[in-house]
Amino acid sequence: MSSFVPVVQAEKISKRFNGLMAVDHISFEIHSGECFGFLGPNGAGKTSTIRMIYGFSPLTGGRLLVFGQDIQVHLREIKARIGVCQQENNLDPDLTVWENLLVYARYFNLPAPIARERAEAWLNFMGLSHKKQSRIPELSGGLMRRLVIARALIHNPELLILDEPTTGLDPQSRHQVWEQLEQLKAKGLCILLTTHYMDEAEQICDRLVIMDKGRILVEGVPRTLIKQHIGGNVIEVGNPSSLLIDFLKAGQIPFELLPHRLVIHTREGEKLFSRISGEFCGSGCTLRMATLEDVFLKCTGRGLRE
Amino acid sequence: MISSSPLESVSSSHSKLRTPNYITWRFIRVWQRNWDVYIKTWKINFLPPLLEPMFYLLAFGAGLGYLVGQLTFSGRVFSYTAFIAPGLLAINIMQNAFFENTYASYVRMYYQKTFDAIMATPLTVEEIILGEIFWGACRSLMATALMMLILSFFGLLSYPWSLGILPIALLGGLAFGAVGMCFTALMPNIEAFNLPVFLFITPMFLFSGTFFPLEQLPFWAKGLAWIFPLTHVVDLTRALALNTLTLLNLWNLFYLLIFASIALPLSLRLMVSRLIH
Repeated sequence: MSSFVPVVQAEKISKRFNGLMAVDHISFEIHSGECFGFLGPNGAGKTSTIRMIYGFSPLTGGRLLVFGQDIQVHLREIKARIGVCQQENNLDPDLTVWENLLVYARYFNLPAPIARERAEAWLNFMGLSHKKQSRIPELSGGLMRRLVIARALIHNPELLILDEPTTGLDPQSRHQVWEQLEQLKAKGLCILLTTHYMDEAEQICDRLVIMDKGRILVEGVPRTLIKQHIGGNVIEVGNPSSLLIDFLKAGQIPFELLPHRLVIHTREGEKLFSRISGEFCGSGCTLRMATLEDVFLKCTGRGLRE
Repeated sequence: MISSSPLESVSSSHSKLRTPNYITWRFIRVWQRNWDVYIKTWKINFLPPLLEPMFYLLAFGAGLGYLVGQLTFSGRVFSYTAFIAPGLLAINIMQNAFFENTYASYVRMYYQKTFDAIMATPLTVEEIILGEIFWGACRSLMATALMMLILSFFGLLSYPWSLGILPIALLGGLAFGAVGMCFTALMPNIEAFNLPVFLFITPMFLFSGTFFPLEQLPFWAKGLAWIFPLTHVVDLTRALALNTLTLLNLWNLFYLLIFASIALPLSLRLMVSRLIH
């Protein structure tokens, strides 16, 4: 297959549930070897989108090609080449860690000797070898998630799809999962993930989209997006005085006023910060690097979801 | 706003084309998964089909049979115990598949998310469900074989005809498993299964000629009993066990085949609409 064929190519795909447009005619491309992220608040349509990619959910409209093949026609062939980690742990509680991998390999028609070899290798890679004979309910959340990933890799997929891979994990487990995803990426595996952790997206995604209400709001490389939408720095002022607000208005400096806080996105952070902290700082000012979270909040707003 | 791009019409016609002929032998993988789990606890799984007939034979054979004594069936005289033994086999066929494809399948589908995990592999939903139903039928078959071992020990089965009960167990298992799977596709929660058990299983258990000949019933009840699939399983197992097979039993076989060939595709369809959205 030519390397120019995108791993995933979505053309105006949409998904409607009971009259609600969960995914509203979105288009994107994912290329081989990259880690692509879907970000968005709850209900943005991230999971609906990737459920279409791994074939759980028929498209309402549009065209979706995976490995250059139409998902509606070649579903079985495509599923044989992707590994999926769903949001909910669906490990088989009736089986041990080891059996989970072997039984799963059988769904892909892997011959038993190869399945055993691969299971051994992926357990090693995921740091699970010592848990081989454990029962699933004995595993911690982090171990379960690593096993789900190992299971999704048993047939050496060309695309790994992860739906919120680190939700509910403690910081140690999260970092371990990231570390392993980095290593998989280094091996050239194409990874597709959804998350609402900005640090996760910033750290492991080469490219990402931010979605809301079924649409893609922005698309790009994390650092570039931050530069484009926020600038370099963010200044936060606690309990801002009316003097400060007047000063900003006079200087035509855009800002966002929250109940007890004022946020300024700026490209010339230090100059402005020294001015503000010298003259208007009652209860604390901070200058920090802009993050993806700032882009996210700017794009999707601060309103609560659900 | 209605958008009607040519792309949309193409994809919707594909999704209509997708569903048929989508079943391959891969469904056996689901059967294998259930077998692996079953065999891990085989000592517990083997007990009910071995012990249950003994309890029933003691209660009905020695207890009730003492009051009933003998009865005439198909022009021949049998002990009450010999009369109900094939009825017990038939009930066992019904219950094993039905309970496997209701409670057990529901737990795998809803609580364990096992179906979700398998759906991410090359298997289709239709194959997963067919594998489950085939597994349910095999549980009926295995339980029947074990139970026949005990009944033969008491000399209650005539051979070689009784061996014909085994394929009937598989066919009956498919029929009852498919019905169970239809309920599994429709039930909002696991407690709701009390309803089909109460309205479907219990009446059949009592009024399918299991414990007394249907001739005892008034005409309308007899007609009703003929709709029950269990009646036909009972007729067949009894005719085979007591060596009273006639050509009329072909109707029983025919009814079961029709019943299974309606219930099975229906259960696949209902499950697809439950799981795919």
